[in-house]
Amino acid sequence: MMFLFIALPLVSVFAQSFYVTQPVFERAEVETCTPGFPNPVCVKEVKTTPVIGEDGKVATESHFTGLESYRNVLELGRVKDALSRGSWSELMTIDFWKALRFTLTFTLITLPLVLGVGLVIALAVNNAVRKIRGPVIFISLLPFIITPVIGGLSIRWLFIGDGILTAALEWWTGTNISMFAQAWTIELMMMFYRVWHVAPFAFVIFYAGLQTVNQDTLESAIIDGANRWERLRYVIVPHLMPLIVFVALIHLMDCYRVFEEIIAFSSQSHVISLQWLTYDFLTPDDSGNRSISRASASAMLTMVGIIALLILPLKRTWRDHKGSH
Amino acid sequence: MSTPKAMQQSLALRVSSASFLIFWCLIAAFPIFWILVMSFKSPVDAFSAQPLDVIFGPATRAAGEGLSLIDLSLGAVVLWFAYRFAFRELPQMVTRFTRPGTVVMGWVIAVLGFAVAFIVLFFGLLPWLLSGLNAISGPLGEPVLGLTTQHYKSVWVENQFYRNFINSIIVTAGVVTISLTVGTLAGYGLARSGSNLAFWLLIVALIFRALPHSVLVAGYLPVFINSSEILRPIFGDAAPTLYGQPYAVIAVLVAINQPFTIWMLRSFFQNIPSELDEAARVDGCSHFQAFRRVIMPVMWPGVITTGLFSFLLGYNDFLVTSLLLDAQNQTMVPAIAGYFNRETTTTDQVEAVAAAVSITAPLFLLVMVFQRQIVSGLTAGAVKG
Repeated sequence: MMFLFIALPLVSVFAQSFYVTQPVFERAEVETCTPGFPNPVCVKEVKTTPVIGEDGKVATESHFTGLESYRNVLELGRVKDALSRGSWSELMTIDFWKALRFTLTFTLITLPLVLGVGLVIALAVNNAVRKIRGPVIFISLLPFIITPVIGGLSIRWLFIGDGILTAALEWWTGTNISMFAQAWTIELMMMFYRVWHVAPFAFVIFYAGLQTVNQDTLESAIIDGANRWERLRYVIVPHLMPLIVFVALIHLMDCYRVFEEIIAFSSQSHVISLQWLTYDFLTPDDSGNRSISRASASAMLTMVGIIALLILPLKRTWRDHKGSH
Repeated sequence: MSTPKAMQQSLALRVSSASFLIFWCLIAAFPIFWILVMSFKSPVDAFSAQPLDVIFGPATRAAGEGLSLIDLSLGAVVLWFAYRFAFRELPQMVTRFTRPGTVVMGWVIAVLGFAVAFIVLFFGLLPWLLSGLNAISGPLGEPVLGLTTQHYKSVWVENQFYRNFINSIIVTAGVVTISLTVGTLAGYGLARSGSNLAFWLLIVALIFRALPHSVLVAGYLPVFINSSEILRPIFGDAAPTLYGQPYAVIAVLVAINQPFTIWMLRSFFQNIPSELDEAARVDGCSHFQAFRRVIMPVMWPGVITTGLFSFLLGYNDFLVTSLLLDAQNQTMVPAIAGYFNRETTTTDQVEAVAAAVSITAPLFLLVMVFQRQIVSGLTAGAVKG
């Protein structure tokens, strides 16, 4: 069962990425004549027409193309051109590299922010009076549980056109701002959304960890003359370290899959991510074709990326796991 | 009191931490609250640059739709009593009127009854009563807060959003039932067999967490589109095309979710001492009876928590559903993408907002009821992993 649903698709994606299925075309010389005087005017031209198969549909054939699809996605020739001329902006016009650049910056910038915000909220809630903790946790859970697309949309609606927050920013800075006109403001909003969405998760986990901090250790730290900051630095954070690693790993995986933000902010023309690239190849284009082989190629590349990103942290956890036995 | 003096906090620290909390709560709740407000206004108000205009909605009010002071105060009173009743009286009533063993059914009936009564009272009786009151009370009856439900009407009635809602229900219910059934059985077996498989399961669950879903979908899509030809040798001419069918989506989502579910349920089962099954077996239960009569009642919290996470996965999913379902069968979340892609007028936009709020409302209720389970589920996954 697990094999059928998980391993098989992966293998088929891998296989598909080497094949191209396309309609079979044949070239035929067609003579079309229009009545004229004294002789009909005849034009001969070579036309390409799709072959109609026996079942009345357009016949298709699959043939092995090797790494062709990968080449189409990566566009190495243009990369070489861009690199040789040393122009970064030219490199960024190629979809795959643009997506890779955004996905990586997005992941690496939001990671420390999520950890920091989550930890600060957890500490603040832990400091707070017991009575207000329930409502605060309730409110904090809302951004986490909301449908990602809807969450992104709700942020977008605050900024769109002359939305209230854009208006506030304009009033504050005195300049005319349009948040959806250039790439970097969109990226900024996406990052804000992501932190808003994931910080509650980090908060809940850190908060649970804070409940198990050993009070005796804290007291002895006080007796040793540690101030509040030192206690945080030397007692609490080491205690939370496994949880911090856990949250960081989960966040790394989720961020690498960044996709819903692109849909919610409809930023296709400015910012795209790796997973969106595959999605775009898979959705039918204007003539109803899905470029499945290119999608498979980009999916495989995406997978290679996540493996490369995770191999270091996973290796460390693996070592720790072995070491603890 | 019990805190030693050295542990007490300075005033500055307390003030700063409290203000940070308030700030965070504002940030967390504001966007959601704001789209709720926007969805009730006429387009001119909803996308106004003045926050106060959005809240009070002068254009909506000018169109003659709004709430007066009396409406507001009476509505608040009714809401408050409904809330009190739901959390104080209702649990007592349920425990009083249900026999032990039928508590779940009792709760279902109680919640349904409460919902029906609330809807009749709040949306049927109250407006009727208030329109009379407003007419006779003069200046107090003038609308002060613009509010209109026309966008909800056009979304749900004219655009037939209920179809997407039904599809969402089908997909979500399917995902939850299948993954819980398979998950409890497999989790129980794993927890009791003590095999080393659990560790590998965890690894697989982690890999699934990491794998972008589009990779999987790229594998499924061609198979599903051509499935009627592939399945023809087995089923004959009745072979179904899986593309566009909700149950195909359910299969994919369950496949994505299953390793995680099994692993989570397994860790819940491990907390139940195996002496409990042994005692049941000694008392003459068969293996399956022991599982059903003795273990399941103890397991409810774990099952609910895992079910919640499956629910969220099925309900929130955009990528799988939008790729594998065609336009007639879409669930709510991809359907809303259709809304804002074609948004040309501001009316369309406000309708999209209304649809978004409709999607969020069930989730909001869910957090309200199951907050404790969600927190415990999150922490259980983290602390043990």
